Amino acid sequence: MNRTYELMFIVRPDMVEEEQDKLISTLETAVTSSGGNVKSVEKMGKRRLAYIVRRFHDGIFVLLTVEGSGGLIHELERRLRVTEPVIKFITVRIDEEQKRLDKIKAIRDAKRKTPPPAPVTETGGETAEVTA
Amino acid sequence: MAEEIRAAAASSGGERPAGGDRPSGDRPSGDRPSFGDRERRPPRPGGPGGGREGGRKYFRRKKVCKFCVEKIEAINYKDVRLLAQFVAESGKIVPRRLTGVCTPHQRRLSLAIKQARNIALLPFAGRAS
Repeated sequence: MNRTYELMFIVRPDMVEEEQDKLISTLETAVTSSGGNVKSVEKMGKRRLAYIVRRFHDGIFVLLTVEGSGGLIHELERRLRVTEPVIKFITVRIDEEQKRLDKIKAIRDAKRKTPPPAPVTETGGETAEVTA
Repeated sequence: MAEEIRAAAASSGGERPAGGDRPSGDRPSGDRPSFGDRERRPPRPGGPGGGREGGRKYFRRKKVCKFCVEKIEAINYKDVRLLAQFVAESGKIVPRRLTGVCTPHQRRLSLAIKQARNIALLPFAGRAS
């Protein structure tokens, strides 16, 4: 139960704010009931679409970040397909990508903390005298 | 010393003899100029238009991968402005020999563009080319 997905869907532009919230909360309850958890919900607002989808030129974009299993996503997508106001959706799995990014970041941070050893010989390293 | 240099010059045209001429075959390449060290000589970018064929410019203004230079790691389908730089007017993905993007980044970029097309952030086909 550790896969993270990003689910972006487009709702028709003439939908009221409260209906959107109702839809989002329905999805959230579906997620939590199947044992996942919603990490974030982001309403990206109305945007112009690059091509006509179901005779609409604009749409309201919503981004949902969900943690759960594949079966949960299957269920969510089924719901979205059935919901009439949703005109398009896409699910992207992001935990592998996140792992890769974290690894790169960790390497970068480690590099920054301990700068790579310079090829110059150490100066002033008089080890003969030991101060008492 | 002079004999070795002459021997090196003689053998530079063809392959290196298998340790016959040179007394120390394991000498690092730092001593001598680079000819004769590798079997395959790297192609020499002789400036713009310095290629073999007269018509085509072979190497023009060494392009660098924008992602490598700016250290952009995550290429997301959501940042349309970044993706749109690599998409032609007609909506086609621009080949990497024109943009100078390196292969792994080009693969991720093209995946992101296809995802963006699917979610109607980028067109499949824009103005007819």
